[in-house]
Amino acid sequence: MKIHIKNGRVIDPKSGIDAVQDVFIAKGKVAAIGSAPVDFQASRVIDAQSLIVCPGLVDLSVRLREPGLEYKATLESEMNAAVAGGVTSFACPPDTDPPLDEPGLVEMLKHRAKNLNQANIYPIGALTQGLKGERLTEMAELHDAGCVVFGQSDGLLSSLRVLMQAMRYASTFGFSVWLYPQEISLTGDGVAHDGEVATRLGLPVIPACAETVAISNIVLLMQETGVHVHLCRISSAEGLAMIRSAKQRGLPVTCDVTVNHLHLSDMDIGFFDSNCHLMPPLRGFGDRYALRHGVLDGTIDAICSDHAPVDEDAKLLPFGQSDIGATGVELLLPLALKWGMEMRLPLSKVLARITADPAGIMGIDAGHLSVGSTADICIFDPDAYWKVTAAALHSQGKNTPFIGMELPGEIRYTLVHGQIVYQR
Amino acid sequence: MINRNPQLNEHGELQHLLTTEGLPSAILLQILDTAESFVGVTERDVKKVPLLRGKSIFNLFFEPSTRTRTTFEIAAKRLSADVINLNVAVSAQSKGETLLDTVNNLSAMNADMFVVRHAQSGAAHLIAKHVRSDIHVINAGDGSHAHPTQALLDMFTIRRYKQDFRKLRVAIIGDILHSRVARSQIHALTTLGVPEVRVIAPKTLLPKMVERLGVHVYHDMAKGLEDIDVLMMLRLQNERMRGANLPSQEEYFKYYGLTPEKLAFARHDAIVMHPGPMNRGVEIDSAVADGKQSVILPQVTFGIAVRMAVMSILTGNQA
Repeated sequence: MKIHIKNGRVIDPKSGIDAVQDVFIAKGKVAAIGSAPVDFQASRVIDAQSLIVCPGLVDLSVRLREPGLEYKATLESEMNAAVAGGVTSFACPPDTDPPLDEPGLVEMLKHRAKNLNQANIYPIGALTQGLKGERLTEMAELHDAGCVVFGQSDGLLSSLRVLMQAMRYASTFGFSVWLYPQEISLTGDGVAHDGEVATRLGLPVIPACAETVAISNIVLLMQETGVHVHLCRISSAEGLAMIRSAKQRGLPVTCDVTVNHLHLSDMDIGFFDSNCHLMPPLRGFGDRYALRHGVLDGTIDAICSDHAPVDEDAKLLPFGQSDIGATGVELLLPLALKWGMEMRLPLSKVLARITADPAGIMGIDAGHLSVGSTADICIFDPDAYWKVTAAALHSQGKNTPFIGMELPGEIRYTLVHGQIVYQR
Repeated sequence: MINRNPQLNEHGELQHLLTTEGLPSAILLQILDTAESFVGVTERDVKKVPLLRGKSIFNLFFEPSTRTRTTFEIAAKRLSADVINLNVAVSAQSKGETLLDTVNNLSAMNADMFVVRHAQSGAAHLIAKHVRSDIHVINAGDGSHAHPTQALLDMFTIRRYKQDFRKLRVAIIGDILHSRVARSQIHALTTLGVPEVRVIAPKTLLPKMVERLGVHVYHDMAKGLEDIDVLMMLRLQNERMRGANLPSQEEYFKYYGLTPEKLAFARHDAIVMHPGPMNRGVEIDSAVADGKQSVILPQVTFGIAVRMAVMSILTGNQA
């Protein structure tokens, strides 16, 4: 199928293109930008007048809930949600049931996803068997099966020795290790940031030092093992400052922040709103301020959705008993745009954090739009606002702190491998 | 997203009693004044008034309690309401029914009011948000969050003995961190105009930024009790030793237990309060608990009048 996208404003943060140009697609690739290749006969013309044409978005954390947790969401529902959100490549954490710790499971997931013919999925392999933090997984085998990186989902291993060995083993093969910096013994049964809001509401707390102690340990183990580490879902100003200083010392560390933490603080819990029961917890205003500026100055390399669909009943419980997480893959672009508008940033700078930068962290060939690149493309209207409602979301998860809000950025077309997989 | 105060109806009247935080002082005073009129009732031979005749009040206790549940039951009966006690901790919830399922089932039995106690902070708010609009919810204690009727009966007691809130120094002593009573007391005291509220505890029993609630923090009883008019003791749970909050009951009693010697640091006419049940020899010495400055038993008596007041006011207000 040959597609001619005309009159759109093409933005490719990687090459620095930002101009109204036509894009020509053939054989699943970008055949030309600007003028048509000779003998180009489009079988489909997309009029992108007043729309943005950019690389398909890359999301560092999308939970599909398969295998094992289909009551929360299914592969079909969440793959639909991803392309409806303009996301064409994403990493999925290993905390399924069973966890992604065997090549067979990874192959099955990739196979099922491939048959759906939608976004490209990149499983994060479990760093330890059953994510239990005791024995290493067959990382090289898992890599052959399709895992791009390896990680733990629920905080640091209880044994730092196992963690060190896992990091060392991963570095043997040049694999990245993705860690969620949280010292579990400090988290305890906490559900909210240790601050004024939790004090008022009487909620069990998670102090910011649960994050900083973990980062400190990880940084020391990085120096010991030399592995590249990506820190997932940074939440505190102090944690961010430690990463900034590690980067200045030249350590191979990257990190991301979720769209939720970019916009919300513990104040948004209000009267026990369980949609704000997230992990890490929403922290204070000062933390939110630091995170917003951390993305701007590049200390934070990417913005992710931390998409975690939860079933409705699991949120209709007292705050501390409610399930953790929020749906988000369809809000990645709108909330990144909102951040960019509030920070008065050019669009290309905003889009870099959800395209080229996360693709670089994953080490995949995606997130850019240039001649010869795979035609994974997102076309959206930056000026259209839409209301976040259960009906408007394709994800099976309908819970988000942003429910009822009007957000900018409406996806009009999503292309994967040169095929239109979503349009409205 | 922050909504309007979930306790008030659109006329600004009390629809539910969930916490003392955010309630105007006029409403707190209305409850105290109404309670004054019920104190007389509880002292009569015929201790009943027909204000809530035909109303059904469900005591929904997801956490074991004898005292609080009993005082609510007595209060409801003196108002001539029908009271149904449900010990949910050992029935529906253990069969896997969710909190809201339980509430919806009981609502279908034509409940007019729920009195709820639950181990999770926010449980009463959750119920209030999801019940039929003609049902009232009274929070009888949720996690470490709030216990508003306890705080109100404390305010009633203070006013009885000390009259003017605006001239008092009040100290709350003990496990502030885990105490729903302390949080509700602090909000009630500051709302009623007490100029100085102190909390006295070791750092492991104080929540972060507690001074933002409008209190002064002390770690030393001698300094903290100086010039104090009202001492509000808190119960210390045994499990605080296991959670590494404290080394032992003995050490706690030595430094923070209220003995006659420590009481002497306060004003000579200070009153001593405790929400009960007391741990004698842990947070309070028997000589103080039974001494002439103790108003612990009157607190219990006033508790019934205050709960009658809350129930009758709620019933008079409709959404």
